Amino acid sequence: MKMINEQDLHSERAPRVKAWVRSGEPLIWLNAAAVSVSVIAVVGLLLLLAVRGLSHFWPADVLAVTVSYQDQSRELLGEVVEEVEVAGVQLREAGIEVQGPGPYFRRTLLKQGNRDFLGTDFTWLINEQFGERRLPPDVVVVERLEWGNFYGYLRGVSRFNAPPVTVAADGPEATWQALQTLITDTVAVREEIRRIEQVDIGAINYELERLRLRERRLELEGALDATAAADLAGMRAEQEARFRVLQEELYVLYDSIKDHSYSAELADGRVVTLPIAKVVRAYQPNDMGVFAKLGMYFERLWEFLTAEPREANTEGGIFPAMFGTVLMVILMSIIVTPFGVVAAVYLREYASQGFVTRTIRVAVNNLAGVPSIVYGVFGLGFFVYFVGGELDQIFFPAALPRPTFGTPGLMWASLTLALLTLPVVIVATEEGLARIPKSLREGSLALGATRAETLWRVVLPMASPAMMTGLILAVARAAGEVAPLMLVGVVKLAPTLPLDGNYPYLHLDQKFMHLGFHIYDVGFQSPNVEAARPLVYATALLLVLIIALLNLAAVSLRNRLRERYKSLEH
Amino acid sequence: MQTHAIDIQALKRDQPQPSGPAGPAETSLRMEQLNLFYNNSQALYDINLEIPRQRVTAFIGPSGCGKSSLLRCINRMNDLVDGCRVDGRLLLENEDVYDRRVDVAALRRRVGMVFQKPNPFPKSIYENVAYGLRIQGINKKRVLDEVVEKSLRAAALWEEVKDRLHESALGMSGGQQQRLVIARTIAVEPEVLLLDEPASALDPISTLKIEELIYELKSRYTIVIVTHNMQQAARVSDMTAFMYMGKLIEYDDTDTLFTNPEQKQTEDYITGRYG
Repeated sequence: MKMINEQDLHSERAPRVKAWVRSGEPLIWLNAAAVSVSVIAVVGLLLLLAVRGLSHFWPADVLAVTVSYQDQSRELLGEVVEEVEVAGVQLREAGIEVQGPGPYFRRTLLKQGNRDFLGTDFTWLINEQFGERRLPPDVVVVERLEWGNFYGYLRGVSRFNAPPVTVAADGPEATWQALQTLITDTVAVREEIRRIEQVDIGAINYELERLRLRERRLELEGALDATAAADLAGMRAEQEARFRVLQEELYVLYDSIKDHSYSAELADGRVVTLPIAKVVRAYQPNDMGVFAKLGMYFERLWEFLTAEPREANTEGGIFPAMFGTVLMVILMSIIVTPFGVVAAVYLREYASQGFVTRTIRVAVNNLAGVPSIVYGVFGLGFFVYFVGGELDQIFFPAALPRPTFGTPGLMWASLTLALLTLPVVIVATEEGLARIPKSLREGSLALGATRAETLWRVVLPMASPAMMTGLILAVARAAGEVAPLMLVGVVKLAPTLPLDGNYPYLHLDQKFMHLGFHIYDVGFQSPNVEAARPLVYATALLLVLIIALLNLAAVSLRNRLRERYKSLEH
Repeated sequence: MQTHAIDIQALKRDQPQPSGPAGPAETSLRMEQLNLFYNNSQALYDINLEIPRQRVTAFIGPSGCGKSSLLRCINRMNDLVDGCRVDGRLLLENEDVYDRRVDVAALRRRVGMVFQKPNPFPKSIYENVAYGLRIQGINKKRVLDEVVEKSLRAAALWEEVKDRLHESALGMSGGQQQRLVIARTIAVEPEVLLLDEPASALDPISTLKIEELIYELKSRYTIVIVTHNMQQAARVSDMTAFMYMGKLIEYDDTDTLFTNPEQKQTEDYITGRYG
């Protein structure tokens, strides 16, 4: 009886499992699981980038602590960057004596700054060596143009043309105010200096270079007679006179700030005097409320987005890289869209659909799978050396042997990426053209329109959403590409933007900075790894956001076009 | 001969009398020994046919009999098909349509065509009607306005759409779309109108409206209509051609063809024995 019962159960269960499988339920679960994993991966990535990258700009409290080790003790001052557990064995093997029971010990990464006095601005400390932790309210953090952050206690300020202010004589409040005023003034003067150097003197240099090229050209043509030479000399003298005037202005400005300085006491008691001319900003994080810190946070975030990098890209902003990325993607789009569309129209509308067309189509599809570095090598060999070299011979002989277009630059980078993304645009456009109902073409032809008129007035407008799809895919691929760019135009530091006020405004021959390469450079080529790490996260986040933004713009444009031409239900 | 054919008199009784010119009709289109090949297979065999001016001529026959192919020969729509070849002569007002000197675009302006499914362009109603004129380079607003109104009135659509001329044509019903396509076609003032099963995708009321429209239009255009629907052929046409397997079996007055067909095949078809 029991046996039979068991058998019954068994024979009942098997069909139930089978029915469950047949109902499609497991597949739904599998699909849902796959989607969940993907979503978690993407959200996790973004969260990691956001948390690690954005927390960098928060003005953290500065810890003052006495560290004692083997009867010696020293005072330290700095921001806690992170705390991790480390095995005691590991520490002992490294020759560090630890007292606690173990087996694991906590250690802290302290950003102590003051690279000019302490040698390194990051240091690992074993927590058990810590004495009492203090957060002294009068600690000053000074962000500087050189040597990284300064941490210390303000002792006095000496001014150009005015008596010094000291904490001992005038009190901490007055000294702090005097420092802030001086920093504000100095920053303004420095802005002015930068403007003169970059814009005005930049323009003069540009003009002088053009005069030199014109002279050289005349020389090459054998047309450099006395009148022309005198002409050129006159113009050159005029530029040089303007330069001297600006130089005088610069001397005055430099002089006005060079004597401002502040003196401060380091954690170990040394008192040092430093120039205010090299200060970006100073703040007292331990004395700031949440709102003051928030204000500082956004100020620093804004600086990151709008300023130029300094200190081998580990400090300052990334604006040139952002600008370069967006400009290159836009140029690439302008190049790739017409080319791709024209090629797709020919393949789909005009070419007879025979063996050759099929072969070309297969070849185009396969081009999309070629590794990008191959395009980079091709771009370097063909565009830069061959085409660029020829262009220089024909149009810029005066500048030789210095290459104008025969060297990596913005134009070649855009062209290389356009080539890289061309297959995507062709394939998407072709699919769009193929989807347009035959009845609409016939309707237009039956009204006496030629094929070209039909193409222009009916087919292409209707295929425009498909073209946008191609462009979206192209932008998504191009904006994240780094490998080929390293060969055809991207550099770690470009002194000027490729778009400025000097004729012809858009300098296609210039090298430029790019966020993707910037991440690589900051993360892996930087001498100061700890300082660079948060910037890698922040830059990566920004790159992702920019690509998303470019894509969103293209997607919304496509949706509007789709709305307009939604008759594909035929 | 007693047949079970459609009672043509009963069908015609409710219709208004044809408003075409009185008297014997002149020939607008003449086909002489017309053969059509798709690659190696022949689709039409030795068609000889005279289509009268300002009359409605219907092509009927079972699916695949070549009636649409024949229609598409008239405005050379078959040129679009790869491997399509025509021999014989097809004369429009005594000019050979297949002459090498003929400008196909100009021919298609003279021979308008309306397709089975409504195919308005994804543009506004106004732009749909103005399309043919814009192709010809006519962009003056005054002229366009006038032609658009005239064409929409002629297609009996003006009253329905005059307040939304600049809205998308894709928002209209199927029947309205088909009348819009007719308006678009007559806006370029063709001589011949080819209708390729114009009502087969429409509901009965829309079909009725299209048929009334055909009636209205035949005073001004030579109309050739392909239809599956024999009642429709009987209702709207003056002449009917019955085709079978690429051959023209019988061509006569609609009344005669339906009431007193000469050929056995015709009789079988219209009495519903096959097709």
